[in-house]
Parts: sequence; structure tokens; C-alpha cells
Amino acid sequence: MSEAPTTARAQILNGIRRSLRRGEISGEQRQAALARLARPPLGPTVARAQLAQPEKVALFCQWAETNNATVARVAAPDVAAEVVSFLARNNLPARAAMAPSPLLADYDWAAQKMLSLRRGRGEGGDQVSITGAFAGIAETGTLVMASGPDHPVTLNLLPDTHIVVIRESDIVGGYEDVWRRLRERYGKDHMPRTINTITGPSRTGEIEQAMELGAHGPRRMHIVVVRG
Amino acid sequence: MESTARDFNDNVDHALADPNLQDSLSKLKVGFSERRRQAAERLPEFEALRDRARDIKNHALANLDFYLEEFERKVLALGGHVHWAPTAADARRIIGELCQSAGARTVAKSKSMVAEEIALNEHLEALGIAPIETDLGEYIIQLRHEPPSHIIAPAVHLTKDQVADTFLEHHARLGFTRRLTERNDLVAEARQVLRQKFLDADVGLTGANFLVAETGSSMLVTNEGNADLSNTLPRMHIVLASIEKVIPTLEDAAVLLRVLARSATGQESSAYTTLNTGPKREGDLDGPEHYHVVILDNGRSAVLGTEMQEILRCIRCGACMNHCPVYGAIGGHAYGWVYPGPLGAVLTPQLIGVEEAGNLPNASTFCGRCESVCPVRIPLPKLMRHWREREFERHLTPTAVRQGLALWSFVARRPRLYRRLTSLANRVLALFGRAEGRYRALPLASGWTRFRDLPAPPAGGTFHTQWKKRRT
Repeated sequence: MSEAPTTARAQILNGIRRSLRRGEISGEQRQAALARLARPPLGPTVARAQLAQPEKVALFCQWAETNNATVARVAAPDVAAEVVSFLARNNLPARAAMAPSPLLADYDWAAQKMLSLRRGRGEGGDQVSITGAFAGIAETGTLVMASGPDHPVTLNLLPDTHIVVIRESDIVGGYEDVWRRLRERYGKDHMPRTINTITGPSRTGEIEQAMELGAHGPRRMHIVVVRG
Repeated sequence: MESTARDFNDNVDHALADPNLQDSLSKLKVGFSERRRQAAERLPEFEALRDRARDIKNHALANLDFYLEEFERKVLALGGHVHWAPTAADARRIIGELCQSAGARTVAKSKSMVAEEIALNEHLEALGIAPIETDLGEYIIQLRHEPPSHIIAPAVHLTKDQVADTFLEHHARLGFTRRLTERNDLVAEARQVLRQKFLDADVGLTGANFLVAETGSSMLVTNEGNADLSNTLPRMHIVLASIEKVIPTLEDAAVLLRVLARSATGQESSAYTTLNTGPKREGDLDGPEHYHVVILDNGRSAVLGTEMQEILRCIRCGACMNHCPVYGAIGGHAYGWVYPGPLGAVLTPQLIGVEEAGNLPNASTFCGRCESVCPVRIPLPKLMRHWREREFERHLTPTAVRQGLALWSFVARRPRLYRRLTSLANRVLALFGRAEGRYRALPLASGWTRFRDLPAPPAGGTFHTQWKKRRT
């Protein structure tokens, strides 16, 4: 097997340098590029998400619904009951694959006798999954999922219905706030294997440019926003 | 992919005479472009974001070698692999060998224009490996053995009824024997058919919208979630990306994402934006064990430092084709290769040669809509003009056009001769039906009048005579 022959690598990099009429970058140019990586400059601020926390949460909910998700805002003790009620309202089985996440551990699932939970990764036949979220983005109603042993990526993708439980305090303004949180949590140079940012259910505009929901990922997304 | 760009004029004739294509194209004007306008209006910072997006890409291109090396360093540190492919053949060979090393029988592919550019599917098939397109549009055209006609909506040239016929033809043997009439039923059937293929695939191959040097992540933007299944379920994930996809930081990605979705489909955000960084980690319950990035040059590094460099800013949103009156009339296939529309008119001659694709930059009225909607402000008409100049310099323009231009420039440099000839021509034209306000046929202009009448200018002499009259 070919493990990146250095000649091909040099050919491309030297080709770039030749076209740009310089050698490897050095001096001020190199310092500027290194500084950019160390302290990434921000782009123009998007004003609509520069809000106090309660308004951020409201904006998040508004955009999530615009993007075809459904939203319920409940107190922590009512989370499990809301999930069961959502499943019943939509004629879905009271059975779900759940992320083995500490984010979900505090809710009173045991009180919901009818609900059968399997903790682990998502499988091809799963109808419903329940996960937490690393963050929510108010600007577009987007959820941010960080992969890890406590959050298998398959749960975000394979089931028909994805139920996401997110705390109000995890809702931030824009992408830039998410990047900051990621660096704080995982370290500057250590991203989780996968970050899924998800805005509403899966969709496609491939046939005559008309948006249809449920292409390959979940057809339905329900977001439970936990007060406090 | 085999180019038919040389046959552009014949391709156009076919496209104009294809009622299904014309029906599909009529939806473009009210679809993507109207939604883009609304999305841009909803975001007051949109123009400032476009400026910033242009500057980010310019900065990345000026430091391209540095950011590519940084990207590689980060990928290696997290247990991934980076492969460098100077040419399309190199990339095909590398990916073929990777698939063989994984013992792959099937490869779940997420839409990648770079994979089309290097004709990857044909290569994999020759190795006995089945590539399965999983983006709905790509899946439809794979069944129909057609090339994509648009970079973000590859099946935009097809009507719902054509899709229904294609599905019935190919899915009947899988037990789907009813011809469907509703779009959501077609989507649901494709989902069912492709779900098992995802679960069975040995390798997932995706492109990348961006490579982030800061973190060594590949970034993918989709609506369907097919790219995410492709990079999660199979044992090996291969990312195929061209050199100009690298950007410095996540903050830069945030700017580019804000202009990308709005410019492409008019969405505030695509449904899925995913960052992949290396293979499955310890303790992970899913994800690929092997993560490879193949970085393709294929002629791009030679564009740096030239007057065409600005085309490398392109983030492949498709807005230029959505807003192009020529694309809107002929669709993507007529352009004859992977990249249609104004983007293709500039990029195709670069990648496959002006001898082959010299017609494409001529397929523009220079109306400027493409430049006015480009999220990274690429001066597409200017770049097309550069190609026309090069085509002319290299004597690739047809003899009739060259002689016509030579004759015109001879006359135009002799004002008295010019006035006498135009005045004569003006009187001759009157004989062809100016009284009706339009010409049904004109000598030397049958290319126009075969399909439609040419509006006639009002009577009153040539421009020169009228100008003289009005000034006195």
C-alpha cells in the first residue's frame, strides 16, 4: 500500500511555492499564520444572536421550529414524562435507544414504567433515539453533538425519530461560542472524533427542488429544552 | 469523466429541444435563486460576511502550503493518514489501493464533485468494487448512468415523473413494484433501499467542503445525512479533497458556513454540518477504525499566482449556475464535463484544457449575475474574458469568427467607410421586414432567427445619423 510517497507531497507543496513565487513562508508571514491558528480572529458579528440568555433560548426554539423540529420546554423533573407523552402523541412505541450519557442520567426515567430503554449505539432498526447535546446554537436553531463513549454518532443518524434533551444553559449564540466551549472542554488541539451540528430533521431538495423530510437521517426531531 | 465540452454547440441544441429538461429548468428561477434572495435579506450582515469570506479564502490561498502542512500534522497526530495526489490518476490509484487493503466489496459514496472529476467510480468498478452513490440526486443519476448536471443538485435536470420511472425500473426486483407519484414516497423508497447498503458498506468515501488546518478536521455540509452515515458506519472513511479546500480555523469555517448554505439553497443552515477528526477513539461505540485524507492537486497549484487564481476561492455553492440565464436555458449537461455554469466556464478550460473546453467561456452574455451572487466575490465574467483572450491568442477561435472580427476591426478603424457601410446595411435591413417591428429571418443571423424573431430597431437611420440629428 502506498503510504504518502514524499515525492508526491513535495511535488504539490513545491508546485504551490513555485506558483506563488516564494519558498516556504518565513518571517512576518509565518508569524501571522501561526498567530491566526493560535488565536483565531472572529468574523463579522451576527447581531441577531447577541441576546441575553432567556432571549437566546427563545430564538433557538423559534429557529428550531422553523427548521421543522418540534420543541417542548419543561422543568427537569418532567423530562421523562414529556418524552413518553411525545411518543404517545405520535403513535410511536415507548421504546428507545439512549445515549449512555451523564447528561441524561439525572432525569427520572425509572418513573416511566411503560418506557423501555436500551443504552448504547444506534442500530439500523431503531425507531427512536434519545440523546443529550453538547450545545444549541440560537442563531439557527442548531444542535451540536460531540461524539464519544457517552454519545455514539449512530444515535443521531439511524433512528426515524431523534429526541434531544438540552439544558437552557447549553444554548449559546453562534458557532463561535461552540468552538470556544469545545476548546475549553477538549483542549485547543483535541477535537472529538465527530462533531455533528444538526438543524432539524434530515431533508432533501433533490427532486424538483422541493424540500422533503426524512432523506437518510431522522424524519422527525423533537427537542426537549430543560428550564433552569 | 469523459468530456463532451468540445461538442458544446450540439449539446445546446439537444438541451433546448428537450421538453423534460426545459420543464425542470423552469423551476430553477423560482426555486434556489428566490430562496437565496430571501435568505440574504434576512441577514443584515450578509454582505459583510461575503467580504470576510473572500478575504479568508485569499489568505488561505496565499499561505496554502503552510496550512496544508498544518492540516496534515494534526491529522497524523490523531491517528489518521494523509495521501498526496498530484494528478487524478494518483488519486484513483491511492483510493483503489486503500479500498483493496480494506477488502472492500462496496463503497458508500457521498456526493463529491472531486470524485466525479477524477472518474473514481469507473476505476473502482474496474477493480471489482461497487461504488454506491448515497446522495439522493447522485443515486438517481447513477441508476440512469448519467453525469450530474448541477454541483449541489445533480439530478436537477429530471422531473418527478422521470425519477418515478427510474425507481420502478430498478427497484421492482427489490420488491417495490408500484409506480410512485408523490415526492415523499420516492424519498422514502430510496431511503429504504439505501439504508441496507449503508449498513453493508466496507468503506465510506466523502468529499469535504473545508479542511480545517487548526484542528485537522474535514468538514462536510449536507441536508440528507448520507455523508454522515458514510463516515460513521463503514470500517474505513476516506476523505477526498482538493488542495484549495483548506482554511485556517474553525472561526473561518463559521463565516464560510453562513454564506454557503444561504447562497446554495437559501437555507439559514443546512441540516447537517459535520466535523470529522481522525478515526474512532478509545471507548467509542461507533465510527470508522481507519481515517484517510487524499489531497488532490490536479492542476490547481498551477493556477495560483496567475490571473485565474480567484477561481480557487470557490466554495461550490452553485449560486452562479442558479442565477445564470445560459445555465437556466441549457442545464448542466451541455457544458460537457463535471462543473457546469459560470464556474465550469472558468474552471473546465483550466482542468482539461482550453483546446477542449474553449467554447464554455463564450457561453455567457456577461450579464454579471453570477458575480453579483458569488459568496466569495469571484469576478466570473472577468475570468471568462481572460479565457476568451487566451483562446483568441492561441488561434483556437473558429476561422469564421476570426475573419469576422478582423473584417469588423478593419471597418471600425475607418470612420467614413464605417458610416457608408452601416447606412447601406440599414437600408438593406428595411427590406427584411422592419415595418413589422421584428425580423423573421436575416442573412448571417440564422443562428438566432431559426428559433425566434429578432426585434428590429426603430426607423430613423443609423445610430450615427440619429445622434447627429439630436445634437443639432
